[in-house]
Amino acid sequence: MIKVSGLTKDYGARRAIQNLNFDAQQGEIVGFLGPNGAGKTTTMRILTGYMPPTDGEAIVAGYDVVEESLEVRRRVGYLPETVPLYTDMVVFDYLKFMGELRHIPNVDDRVDEVLDMVGLIDRANGYIGNLSKGMRQRVGLAQALLHRPEVLILDEPTIGLDPGQVVEVRELIREIGRERTVLLSTHVLHEAQNICDRVLIINKGKIVAEDTTENLQARLIGAERVIVRVRGEADELADTIKGVKGVRSVETKEDGAVEFEFASGKDLRPEVAKQVIGSGYDLLELRPLGMSLEEIFLELTGSDAKKK
Amino acid sequence: MRNIWTIAKREYDNYFNSPLAYVVAFAILLPLGIYFALILWVSAEQALFGGGAPESTPINWLFVFLMIFLSPALTMRALSDEARMGTLELMLTAPVRDFELVAGKWLGALLFVLSLAVVTLVFPIILDNLITPGIDWKVVLSSYIGLVLVVSALLAVGVGISAIFTNQFAAFFSTLGLFFFLWFMISLPASYLQESGEVLNYLSLSNHFSTSMNIGTINLGDLTYYLSLTVLGLFVGTTAIEIRRWR
Repeated sequence: MIKVSGLTKDYGARRAIQNLNFDAQQGEIVGFLGPNGAGKTTTMRILTGYMPPTDGEAIVAGYDVVEESLEVRRRVGYLPETVPLYTDMVVFDYLKFMGELRHIPNVDDRVDEVLDMVGLIDRANGYIGNLSKGMRQRVGLAQALLHRPEVLILDEPTIGLDPGQVVEVRELIREIGRERTVLLSTHVLHEAQNICDRVLIINKGKIVAEDTTENLQARLIGAERVIVRVRGEADELADTIKGVKGVRSVETKEDGAVEFEFASGKDLRPEVAKQVIGSGYDLLELRPLGMSLEEIFLELTGSDAKKK
Repeated sequence: MRNIWTIAKREYDNYFNSPLAYVVAFAILLPLGIYFALILWVSAEQALFGGGAPESTPINWLFVFLMIFLSPALTMRALSDEARMGTLELMLTAPVRDFELVAGKWLGALLFVLSLAVVTLVFPIILDNLITPGIDWKVVLSSYIGLVLVVSALLAVGVGISAIFTNQFAAFFSTLGLFFFLWFMISLPASYLQESGEVLNYLSLSNHFSTSMNIGTINLGDLTYYLSLTVLGLFVGTTAIEIRRWR
């Protein structure tokens, strides 16, 4: 449903994205993961026909985004990152207006339907300007779903929502993704893991990794990192932990906590705990450290550089 | 066409939500009402000394004259504000042609001004009842056709300029400056130039209305002038939007 080849976009002298290649099939939820300024929004804007690429080609729902922009726009639902809305309009009127631009038959019924889907039916007659950020986000989502698009492109769909709403919106996206193609961007790794079938990691305008979430995690992490904290002075804690077989790269932090790593597969935490307690320490904390997105980036960009 | 109408309808409704539009309506209708009262009063005085029957067309002239200053306020936000608020992204990713967006904005503004023009129809109607044997409705019709054409051109140019800017005040002053120049200044040097002066006279906004359609003569040159200006305004707007996409 989405096929991108050699996509490049320059803003003046600055290259925003460079030679992107990827595709997305029907019924697939693809996550676009990257830090701010990586080129996620630029790519999405090209795919939605908002602006043409400098070079390369993108086919969305069977049409070229430059040559047949209107056909693409008919088939794509888009939630822009900033969620632009006509704040001086009533929710229902706004959605009806967008629906009329898309020539949706029985537009009133359809608007009620999507408002129900995003849980805003009781705010249908309120002004958009009076809605909270999370509600506006859902109005934007309703607008993107209005015409039952074949391809849904969502730029940071859960940003600004409260935890309960995040769960709801993710559920909604997962449901839609069963039949349609969804491309969503996020900088929350957890979110990508949660809803995406496949993840593209983009950094500085280039795709640095592309895989299913499980593979990516396994490939990236390869080792597990744990932090240990005990009561009181712990000068020899590091040595104690070093004594456990399989433990590597032990490091004492400034506050006395000790971090160590072991190869993923065999969990060494019980052994370490026994050893620490056996040595007479009062164990306060033994916690695995998740890898943050930043660390994954460093890892990816770093390994990338090494290969070259 | 359907999209132009959808956008125009939203735009039209939107004017009634905006205090600015009410200010513009007030700033047009109040002076027109006062002017009409003055016309009646003066001609009643003069009738004692055999003065001619009053006409309603000077009111349309005043309408058009006020539009030179007020129409930029109606169009300044048309597309500049969409760009500033980011809603332009919505419009440019909806299945709507750039031209349809610009034309819809223009049509919405035109319909708003036409609503005001409909209100001013009370003046010739009152006048027709006051004097015998009534007024010459053909001149009134010609005057209103002229009014619609001038306003259409002004609004198209205003919307076109609004597409260039992100700041509404930049759009306002550019539009106002251009209209001021085209209405008052462009034909000033015409008297010093012989044949080439005719070109400047033709380009003047006021010449095609005040001394022709508003006194009952419709000619092809005047129609062409205002229609061309309308098309040019919409073309500038569409091009400006396309350039935005490429930037």
